[in-house]
Amino acid sequence: MKTDRLGHWLAILIGMLYFLVPLAATFEFSLRKLRGVYSFEAYRIVLADPQFQSSFTFSIGLAVVTIVFGMAIIVPMAYFVELRLRKLRPFIEFVTLLPLVVPAIVIVFGYLRLYNSSSVLPLTNSSLGTNFLLTCGYVTLALPYMYRSIETGLRSIDVRTLTEAAESLGASSATIIWRVILPNIRSAMLSGAFLTFAIVIGEFTFASLLNRPAFGPYLQLIGANRAYEPAALAVMAFMITWACMGIIQVISRNAVAARH
Amino acid sequence: MSFIEISHLKKSFGPNTVVHDFSLSIDKGEFVSFLGPSGCGKTTILRMIAGFESATSGSISVGGAEMTHLPPAKRNVGMVFQAYALFPNLTVAGNIGFGLKIAGKERGEIDARVAEMLELIKLPDLGGRYPYQLSGGQQQRVALARALAIKPQVLLLDEPLSALDAKIRVSLREEIRSLQRELGITTVFVTHDQEEALSISDRIVVMNEGRADQVGTPSAIYNNPATRFVASFVGTLNLFEARVVDPASGRVSIDGQPVMTARDISAFGIADEATVALRPEALTLGNGDDDRNTLAGTVEEVSFLGAVIRVRVRLREARVSLDIFNDPALVLPKIGMPAVVSFKKDDLLIIDGR
Amino acid sequence: MVSNVSPASLPRPRVPWAVVGVTPFMIFAVLFLILPTLFLVVGAFQANDGGFTLANLGKLWTPTILSSYWISIKVSVASAVIGAAIGAFIAYAAVSGGLPRWIRPTIMTFSGVASQFAGVPLAFAFLATLGRQGLVTLFLSSLFGINIYSQGFNLLSFWGLTLTYLYFQIPLMVLIVTPAIEGLRKEWREAATILGASTWQYWRHIAGPVLLPSFLGATLLLFANSFGAIATAYALTGSSLNIVTILLYAQIRGDVLHDQNLGYAIAFGMIVITGLSNLCYILLRVRSERWLK
Ligand SMILES: Nc1ncnc2c1ncn2[C@@H]1O[C@H](COP(=O)(O)OP(=O)(O)OP(=O)(O)O)[C@@H](O)[C@H]1O
Ligand SMILES: [Mg+2]
Repeated sequence: MKTDRLGHWLAILIGMLYFLVPLAATFEFSLRKLRGVYSFEAYRIVLADPQFQSSFTFSIGLAVVTIVFGMAIIVPMAYFVELRLRKLRPFIEFVTLLPLVVPAIVIVFGYLRLYNSSSVLPLTNSSLGTNFLLTCGYVTLALPYMYRSIETGLRSIDVRTLTEAAESLGASSATIIWRVILPNIRSAMLSGAFLTFAIVIGEFTFASLLNRPAFGPYLQLIGANRAYEPAALAVMAFMITWACMGIIQVISRNAVAARH
Repeated sequence: MSFIEISHLKKSFGPNTVVHDFSLSIDKGEFVSFLGPSGCGKTTILRMIAGFESATSGSISVGGAEMTHLPPAKRNVGMVFQAYALFPNLTVAGNIGFGLKIAGKERGEIDARVAEMLELIKLPDLGGRYPYQLSGGQQQRVALARALAIKPQVLLLDEPLSALDAKIRVSLREEIRSLQRELGITTVFVTHDQEEALSISDRIVVMNEGRADQVGTPSAIYNNPATRFVASFVGTLNLFEARVVDPASGRVSIDGQPVMTARDISAFGIADEATVALRPEALTLGNGDDDRNTLAGTVEEVSFLGAVIRVRVRLREARVSLDIFNDPALVLPKIGMPAVVSFKKDDLLIIDGR
Repeated sequence: MVSNVSPASLPRPRVPWAVVGVTPFMIFAVLFLILPTLFLVVGAFQANDGGFTLANLGKLWTPTILSSYWISIKVSVASAVIGAAIGAFIAYAAVSGGLPRWIRPTIMTFSGVASQFAGVPLAFAFLATLGRQGLVTLFLSSLFGINIYSQGFNLLSFWGLTLTYLYFQIPLMVLIVTPAIEGLRKEWREAATILGASTWQYWRHIAGPVLLPSFLGATLLLFANSFGAIATAYALTGSSLNIVTILLYAQIRGDVLHDQNLGYAIAFGMIVITGLSNLCYILLRVRSERWLK
């Protein structure tokens, strides 16, 4: 029993070290910009870089659009599948798992062939079109996570009864979704949204191959050309991920608390 | 010398003592139930017999062999858990044969024993199924077969029926009892359902906060509850604080009305307080024979419970409930009517002052 | 369907709301998920004149392409198997009792963060840790006089990449496998014990087989997860490590192989590999969920 517990502690300790040491090392590295002293110089340079600012805002905007667009098509679909179109479920399960099967780089390859300037739908001709394509790519990336969290949210409330109760009071479908269903799955949607945010903000493959000035390609560029700034960027990226995950935790904990 | 000897058993979890000085002897082939409210320590004692919890002090021996400190795997006892304890990755046959396989028995012997056990639990054709393909009742029967397959010296059952619905619960408890008789296996059965305990046990141990309040046959427990706790936990009961009028002849007064008891109250002094009790089914409405005790009051409530009708009569201060059998020809008493209830002298129970 | 009886009004044309609600998603899925994938799959079997051919797939059997698949598979297998083993052990240690209560939620939160911390920043973090100027590298050489680089270690190599991938693989494993480990019921162990089984026999006959589908399934998911990854490897090694995603990336960017359909064939090969491992994952998961219900 005693030795058992020792082994458990050891496993967890080693796990923690593996997790924390690179973080500490990255942070330490990011402070080495000025010779001989620790400073936040690397951060200052990065934050003052106009390209940083523009690519970062671009990616934030993209993440927001992705979340809104993704929710707008996924929520009604998930709701009606749960309510009326149960027989579609196997197909939906398949589609929402597809992005885990088909690597991102393959999907974007398909986009480039299907929607290039010489195709029927030449989305890549304009930057607006390309941005739209990029958004669609991000929605596919986030699809498994968004769908899963919304579906869990819908299952935890009794969609059918809620809908029938609202219908018996004369509400229309749109009203039911907006006024009854959405408020009840808000925390599930928020969790999905922040996870999507964490995925989109530093995404590299789609943005780079579609040639968009997003944060991911910017990171890669800095990494190839600078020494200490990448570490500073990694620390910031980590804090963003941490914040998103932390927010999800708080949201789901509150949701559980609210249910009791 | 009895088969299982539990003496001065005590169990503490940190500062909490949940079993206090518990002693019990169980004869070979006996069916003993532990009955008590939730948290009174039934499971804890059972788990100490099984070896999953170590006793803080005291000892347990089975068949003359001391086993307080033996690991569970060496005790040769069978145990049936509340629910979900079948191994999900093994078939019914695999579950039943598990203990034999561990013991290194040969294939043919295991198969024969498994077939025999399946026959015993009346599921001869389900050997190839997995647990998730069985109903709750079937699962518990398989669990029983698994426990019995190794021919244990003792069978321990921890609320094996409580996850099942009411009908199955009754039929399965009868099955357990007849199996137990057939095999003659010494059995300890934990339950918090008094009807269950009363219907199938040779003896019942009524537990209260880690102590055995009373040990006795079902009829002794029901008809002569030793403590106020036992009286109120087992069955429904009218309890009164009566005043002793004449200890020698057995005269007491309930709520100012004189009644007689057939029980010995000579230990009480005149004008002492005594707790007395009456079962609802021992009371009848109306005067009855001359030698019956009577209490007068007014009808306060009449509730229809199906087979019986429960009538509550208000005396002066106290209230008394009685059961009358449902009979379509019966004229139900009306609320507010004056009423007299009567009972035999034997039925007035005197309960220890505790 | 639920029929709304509206007694007063005339029968008006009913809007099939369910269909309206599902359509946008369907259009999206077809246009941006199914068609692009199909396009590549079909293209992999098409000759330049549009006819059917297996020649494109045949062209995968060149040393460069085969070795890139091979390295990808090696890195993915190594990071999946090691990640699964370590992750499962940590998960078991965290939930099996004996440790303080706060351990479990802490581990789960950390795992949630770490499993999402991938891509380019992860490469930076490992460069800062185990690169030539990394903290751990310097620490080892100044404290113990061990220069890991002269010992043959290189972050821009198979083991370097595997080590980096483990940073998100281990926590991902913890997240996936913890529910399965928690699904082991205390009663199973007690029932086995009282039937005479030792701890080893309990693991061998009950807990092991019960956990195996979840464990294998999770390992396959980890495999697919790292097989399709590119950003970390690209930022870490540039194009010096010839894994298949980087090869495809270069092919898309500059058409290095000068052959459109060969690109489709490479993509098709990747879909087959990740597809198979995901299929097995799903089959195994169905099986273990049936048990752990
Ligand atoms: N491992 C433990 N650690 C601390 N306290 C415990 C432990 N196991 C049981 N207890 C306490 O011991 C007391 C008796 O528990 P036990 O499980 O024996 O009750 P029980 O009579 O079986 O109740 P129930 O009918 O609810 O099953 C309870 O107050 C319980 O909280
Ligand atoms: Mg109990």
